[in-house]
Amino acid sequence: MIAHHPPLELLFDYAAGVSAESASLLAASHLVFCRECRDRVARIEALGGAMIDRLPGEAPAAGAFEAVLGRLDEPEEILPQPEFDAVTRTILPSPLRDYLNADLKDLKWRRRSLVHEEVPLGRTEDGAKLTLLKIHAGKGVLNHTHKGEEFTLVLQGGYSDADGHYGRGDVAVGDPSVTHRPVADPGEDCICLTVVQGPLHFTGLVGRIINPFVH
Amino acid sequence: MNPGELVEYMRAARPGFGTGEPSLTAVMMNVAAGAPENPVEDRLCDCVEAIAAAGDRAAFAELFEHFAPRLKAFVMRAGADPETAEELMQEAMIAVWRKAASFDRSRASASTWIFTIVRNKRIDRFRRASRPQIDPAEVELMTEAVETPDMIVARGQAEARLRDSLTSLSEEQISVIRKAFFEDKSHSVISDELGLPLGTVKSRIRLALARLRLILEPES
Repeated sequence: MIAHHPPLELLFDYAAGVSAESASLLAASHLVFCRECRDRVARIEALGGAMIDRLPGEAPAAGAFEAVLGRLDEPEEILPQPEFDAVTRTILPSPLRDYLNADLKDLKWRRRSLVHEEVPLGRTEDGAKLTLLKIHAGKGVLNHTHKGEEFTLVLQGGYSDADGHYGRGDVAVGDPSVTHRPVADPGEDCICLTVVQGPLHFTGLVGRIINPFVH
Repeated sequence: MNPGELVEYMRAARPGFGTGEPSLTAVMMNVAAGAPENPVEDRLCDCVEAIAAAGDRAAFAELFEHFAPRLKAFVMRAGADPETAEELMQEAMIAVWRKAASFDRSRASASTWIFTIVRNKRIDRFRRASRPQIDPAEVELMTEAVETPDMIVARGQAEARLRDSLTSLSEEQISVIRKAFFEDKSHSVISDELGLPLGTVKSRIRLALARLRLILEPES
C-alpha cells in the first residue's frame, strides 16, 4: 500500500501539463505504483476537459477539415521502443527507464560511504538534480539535511526515519529545516530516486544545491 | 465539404444519425452515479466509440466540429501564434482518430480524453523534454489494488457534477486555474506573476479543487 504521496500541487501541475521535467518524471513514476494518485490526476484532467469545453472557439483555417480528413489514413510513424533487461524492468518504472535509456547494470554506482552509493544522473531541463541512491540493507545513513526542496521516490526495498516507513512507490518530501537519519529495511538494499529542485526552478534560492551526507 | 455539411449529409443519408439515444452503458453509469444527464457529452463519447468500432468519418466530422475550434483556442491561449495553433489542433484531431480505440468512457469523458491529447501535443511542441509515458500494462503489474466499480462511478459522478459547479468558484480561484490550464503556467510561475506567495497560490488551487469535489480536502 502506498502511504506517502507527492503534494497535490505537484499532481495538479502534472495533470494540467505545466510541470517542469523533473516534477513530471517524479509524478509519472509515482503514478505507476499508486492507484490513488492516478485517480487524483484523472479528476484534475476532468477539470481540464470541462475548462476546454467552456472555451470560446477559434475558427479553424479554411480547408482545415479536408486537410485533416486527407491525412487520417497516412501511415503512423512508430518510433522503435528501447528494450531493457528484466531487472531494470522490475525495479525502474517506465517513465524513469525511458528517461535514463540504460539498463541498471550499466550504471556506475559510486561509493559515498561505507553504507551508501549513488549514481549521479545529471540535471533535468529545469535544473533539478537527479540521483539514484542505494542504502545497504539494514544500514543507516548518518544525519543529513536537505538544502533545497527534495523528493525521494523509493524504487526497491524501503527505509524508516523519524517520519515513518517508506516503501516501494512512496514519495518523501525533504524539508530543509529537518535533519533525518534514514535506516534501510533489512534483507534488501534500498534504492531510491532523489530529485533536488535546482536554482532555476525556485527563484531566490542562493548558491548551489548540494546534498552532503555528514558522517 | 465542411464538418457541418458532412454531418448534415450523413443525417440525410442515415436517418437517426446524430440523434440516437445515449448508449446503455452511459445511461446506467449516470443513473448509478445520480449524475445529471449530459446528452452533448454522451453524443461525443458515442462518436469516439464509432470511430474506434468502424472508422466512422461522419462521427469524426461531428467531433471536429465540436472540438477543433476549442483546441485551437486552447493552444493559442498558451501563447502560440494562429498558424502553430492550427497545426497542433490538426495534429491533435488526427491523434483522436488514431487513438480512438484506447478511449474508455467509463474512465473519462470525450472532452477530458481529448484534453489529455492536446495537452501532450502542447508539451511535445513547446518543451525540449517530451511527456513521460506510462506503460498501461506495467501499471496493472505494479499496483496492488485494482480499481473497483465504485471508484469508477465516483469519478464519473465527480466529472458530471463538475461542469455545474465551476460557477461556484471565486474569481480568484478560477483565475489561477485558468492560468495553469490555458497559459501553461506552473504553481511557482503563477506565484511570481501574480506577486503572491507560493503558499497562497497552492491554497487557492486546493480550495478550488475541494469546492469542485475533485479532492477531499477540508476547506480550512
